Amino acid sequence: MRIVLYRLLAVLLPLAALEILCRDRIILPLTLPAPSLIVQDLWSVLKGGTFNAAIAKTLTNVSLAIVLAVTIGAAAGAALHRARTLRALLEPLFSTYYAIPIYAFYPLFIIVFGLGDAPQVTIGFMLAVVSMIVSTLAGLDSVPAVLGKTARVLRLGPVETIRSVTLPYAAPYLFTGVKLAIAYAFIGVIGAEFIMSSTGLGYEIRFAYDNLDNDVMYPLILLILLIAVAVNMSLDHWERVLRTRRERA
Amino acid sequence: MRRMIYAYPSLFLVIGLLVLWQIMFWLIGRNALLPPGETIFYLVRLLQTVRFWGHLAETGTAFVIALAISIVAGLAIGFALGMSRTAAEVFEPFLLAGNSVPKIALYPIVLLIFGIGMPAKIAFGAIHGIVPVMIFTLTACHNVPPILIRAAASMRLKRWDMIRSVLLPAALPDIFSGIRIGFSLTLIGTILGEMFGSQRGLGYLLMTAIGLQNIQVIMSVTLLLVLVAATVNTLLLAQDRRLRNPGGQCL
Repeated sequence: MRIVLYRLLAVLLPLAALEILCRDRIILPLTLPAPSLIVQDLWSVLKGGTFNAAIAKTLTNVSLAIVLAVTIGAAAGAALHRARTLRALLEPLFSTYYAIPIYAFYPLFIIVFGLGDAPQVTIGFMLAVVSMIVSTLAGLDSVPAVLGKTARVLRLGPVETIRSVTLPYAAPYLFTGVKLAIAYAFIGVIGAEFIMSSTGLGYEIRFAYDNLDNDVMYPLILLILLIAVAVNMSLDHWERVLRTRRERA
Repeated sequence: MRRMIYAYPSLFLVIGLLVLWQIMFWLIGRNALLPPGETIFYLVRLLQTVRFWGHLAETGTAFVIALAISIVAGLAIGFALGMSRTAAEVFEPFLLAGNSVPKIALYPIVLLIFGIGMPAKIAFGAIHGIVPVMIFTLTACHNVPPILIRAAASMRLKRWDMIRSVLLPAALPDIFSGIRIGFSLTLIGTILGEMFGSQRGLGYLLMTAIGLQNIQVIMSVTLLLVLVAATVNTLLLAQDRRLRNPGGQCL
């Protein structure tokens, strides 16, 4: 309880300080409007509905990237777990993958896919899929060999084996993979919209910035932060619930 | 063949990627891609021009300063939080949330604060790099065996001596991993920063090349970035593994 109070203070004190600095015009409204004003603007932006299309577009593309990355990543991870030689070959790629500035490939995607939604989804997918593959591999590695043998002795079919042996063991790793994939999909899609596209929240923020339209820019930035933090926190919470349930079982 | 792949996976991976690239080129065509040979040739030609080195120096300077800030500030904050249970518990969720936020959305704020130019690039690189350094340092502090800390306390080490001779050596492997990831993210952040508010640097070069559909520049700059990032990361990863099992054979 004390921790929660401290956390609340850690958020509220800087906000209050900012509020005072902005109201006293020590920080000019052109740089940063007062936090209370940003919240008000966000409310009116959401109520006005001007950006509903952009919000819907971004969320659709992010969801698409997540679904693709999780399904393809899990399937590829399971396949690679069997194909040992290919896995040994790809292992160095996985370990350096996140060091590569993936946005640098964005221009190529635009040339290949055109200016639709495909380049954004591709960037989100490419950022997300590798963490899913790596987590799936780690999850499958964690299943003790003896359990695989037991399943064979009990003559479980492949579906039964996956359901009652593999999944329970690999679940925490898979969950981590999904969590990372979601975060990366958000980063990828919004980043790509920001760099070059004509729709979505990232584009709207860029457009507002180019026009020095702080009444729109800051509320939208706040909205993205709120969505990302809310998704992340609910996944964390869910993960903790699952973990305590496992420990009790 | 199989044994060869197990012995030199990276070599075969590079060969495989080059072959894949060539096949992609044949499939997609010249208006979207260049073949590997031509890209390398063009990159070498770019590297011989003085103007390109100007851009390279600009990006390099911004990157080095941003990395220094990420490491120093990340270590300082990480240790400060790591040495107090309460502080760690209060701030850890914020750090983890900071990791999942699309930081590119914060870029306009950075530009409004620092203006267009070097400071904005540095700030943007540092925003990206500092998060993993902080998180890994914090985790590293918690993974230090409590007996070492108790021993240090019973010897009445001062706070600074405690960091220098107990926490730092014990936490070094984890901290090094954080710095390795911080390195990559700082590079990505610096390049991203240059793609918008900037008149110089590799990111700016990429952005103008996109506008002009100059595939030669896009491909060769991308290749250069990937080469640098992958090489440095591979070297750091080797060092990382050496730190994790000292004395033993490196994996």
